[in-house]
Amino acid sequence: MIAEAGLIALWLAASMAFLQFALSVIGLVKGQDELFRAIRPVAIAQGVLVAISFLLLVWLFVRSDMSVKLVVANSVAIKPLIYKISGAWGNHEGSMLLWIAIMGVAGACIGIFERNLKQKTLVTTLGAQAFISIGFYAYLLIASNPFERIFPVPADGQGLNPLLQDIGLALHPPTLYIGYVGLSIAFSFAVGAMITRDVGPEFAKAMRPWVLGAWVFLTLGITAGSYWAYYELGWGGWWFWDPVENASLMPWLAATALLHSVTVLATRDGLRAWTLMLAVVAFSMSMIGTFLVRSGVLTSVHAFAVDPERGSFILALLAIYIGGAMALFALRVGSVKEGSQFELVSREGALVANNLLLSAILGIVFIGTLYPLFVEGMSDEMISVGPPYFNLATGPIALILVAIMAAGPLLRWRRDSAKALLNRISIPVFLTAAALFALVLFTTSMSVLPLIGMALAAGIAVASFAPLWKRNLRRTPMHTYGMVIAHFGIAVALAGMASETSFTEEKLVAATPGDEILVNNWKIKFEAIEPVAGPNWTALEARVTAQYADEAIHEIAPQNRMFASAQMQTSEAALLTRWNGQLYVVLGDSDAQGRWQLRIWWKPFVTLIWYGGVLIALGGLLAMIGRLRRAGRQKKQRAYAEAMI
Amino acid sequence: MTRFFALLALLMAAPVAAQNGLPSSPYAHQQLDDPVQEEKARSLMEELRCLKCQSQSIADSDAPMAGDMRSQVRERIAAGATPEEVRSWLIERYGDWVTYNPPVNAVTGPLWIAPIVLLILAIWLARGRFRRRKNSRKDAS
Repeated sequence: MIAEAGLIALWLAASMAFLQFALSVIGLVKGQDELFRAIRPVAIAQGVLVAISFLLLVWLFVRSDMSVKLVVANSVAIKPLIYKISGAWGNHEGSMLLWIAIMGVAGACIGIFERNLKQKTLVTTLGAQAFISIGFYAYLLIASNPFERIFPVPADGQGLNPLLQDIGLALHPPTLYIGYVGLSIAFSFAVGAMITRDVGPEFAKAMRPWVLGAWVFLTLGITAGSYWAYYELGWGGWWFWDPVENASLMPWLAATALLHSVTVLATRDGLRAWTLMLAVVAFSMSMIGTFLVRSGVLTSVHAFAVDPERGSFILALLAIYIGGAMALFALRVGSVKEGSQFELVSREGALVANNLLLSAILGIVFIGTLYPLFVEGMSDEMISVGPPYFNLATGPIALILVAIMAAGPLLRWRRDSAKALLNRISIPVFLTAAALFALVLFTTSMSVLPLIGMALAAGIAVASFAPLWKRNLRRTPMHTYGMVIAHFGIAVALAGMASETSFTEEKLVAATPGDEILVNNWKIKFEAIEPVAGPNWTALEARVTAQYADEAIHEIAPQNRMFASAQMQTSEAALLTRWNGQLYVVLGDSDAQGRWQLRIWWKPFVTLIWYGGVLIALGGLLAMIGRLRRAGRQKKQRAYAEAMI
Repeated sequence: MTRFFALLALLMAAPVAAQNGLPSSPYAHQQLDDPVQEEKARSLMEELRCLKCQSQSIADSDAPMAGDMRSQVRERIAAGATPEEVRSWLIERYGDWVTYNPPVNAVTGPLWIAPIVLLILAIWLARGRFRRRKNSRKDAS
């Protein structure tokens, strides 16, 4: 019954999306205001129905209802509850239902909370949102029904991929999806504004909190995904330039550019067409990312759903939505004026540079990710594009970008002088030069990009706080603090990346119990090997003690896990975190002489990468809250002023 | 006495010798003694694709074939080959698919030109914008 109820809720939600779309089109064409009033409740109803549908699917997983095909394929009765729940989205159909559920809830949120947009633009926005939803409802209901039953009912399920049975990966997809789909709001806003020709500061101010919200979730999702790959895969790497990682990075790059250009539009009424373009591109990248991951065109560690037929369905949706939005943009770009003007050395100038460089990086990642597929499709040849290409092509641009990031907030709007800027930024520049000098002098074998990256990080860390210099800290607006913290987070992450790349020490040993291994300042002792058992796995566990210099001895236990249900082995790395880095120990196989393979890394300051990511997200959150509170205050003041008259 | 110590040393070295004597890939999980050579091998391994896996470098892979390739890379580097020589040898055997650093040729040309074109496009876009601004201000004054 539950499965049928879920399917009915999904059909009802889809029909609500149709109604929402129809209301907005008819209302706009006929200009009937009564229809407009109905659209908010319909959007909310759609959100509630699709959320119910998704929750019912989760409920099926929790109950381990083995009469449902999807549960059989992705769950077993004996499994911790959290992984039963996460099993609901750890597969193709479930994750698409999660996608559309978030989209529906986002539409409902616009219906409930959005009060700053002009009514006509709001109606068009909700219409566009419904139009996108309809395609994905069709996809679910026609091509991948998550509630399909199976007969005869098997005794037990096949289990979830052991790699996905991890708290990091239980939470990573929903976080990323909220970010992905949150960008659909910016997309719909842009479509709405293009149709009603209502592009200006008011529109930008209404759109900004939504963009910030989506961006915060994207940042958290990418950070969490990076940490998950780092500790769960047992390879000690934090970014592989894997196509699936790139698929999440591309919307983030576009959203980062968007939230900076939307500021220019809100504050100075400039970059109108460009902002609309970015809003369209950002969500297009989300959809392309979903297509890449979900269609099976990539075969990578992340692609656990491989089905090219569904791929062509998503590809058709992509063509309609992206093509449609681009066509609309081309039609309307002539009538949208770029807005007010400014000079090269100005806050706007720095933000334009930010936008163009971010877009260039986005373009490179896009081409680098898709080009191998293109070559494979057009010829018999196969090529691989990986870290050497991406680092070389995007690294230098990224470093220029972060240097501009340090200077941008110190520039005045409209026009400023280069001399005054140099004056304001002299301390960070000096720090960068000093750090560069010290690194060249005292370290060996640092390659160019990490070297400059680390030196820049030192300067930027200080420069990011410069906007607070000589200001009344209690009266400084919250969004300024948000910017400061986010920019500081970039410096922190950059330092972590440069340090990990340059100073990691690796040791591979074949050890017998009792052996001692020295890595950097660590004294590591391999004590014993013991079998252990968990709820749905058995493992061989190495008892290892580690001591840094003369400090206390810590016990760690890397494991080799065997999952009964999947006949699969995973390696559980043991991590020991200090303030100055992480010790990373992996247990491998044993050899003919009974020695055990141990892989040991000492990664100085590697944790800064993810602390940086969290700081960036926190900055975005503060900026969003600050903007919302300010908008609320201004509204109250206006209401008060009107009441006085 | 010296002979005794030599014998002792030989006995203690026996496990290592035994491992070296194993068939196929002795250096799959064993680093080279020379840290400079190991570093060279390590950076090269990170740029080579594990052919049996999905989107992993041979440095990151537990697959047996990746182990064999790691061993080959380390042995050749230890024998004095440059990383580029080892890479070309592997490309000859497995094709361009094996390297994450795509060689520059007719097929990959657009890929390598793309970043430069994108940058020029970005600068051109920015320049056009600012120049227009200056002109329009002159016009206004």
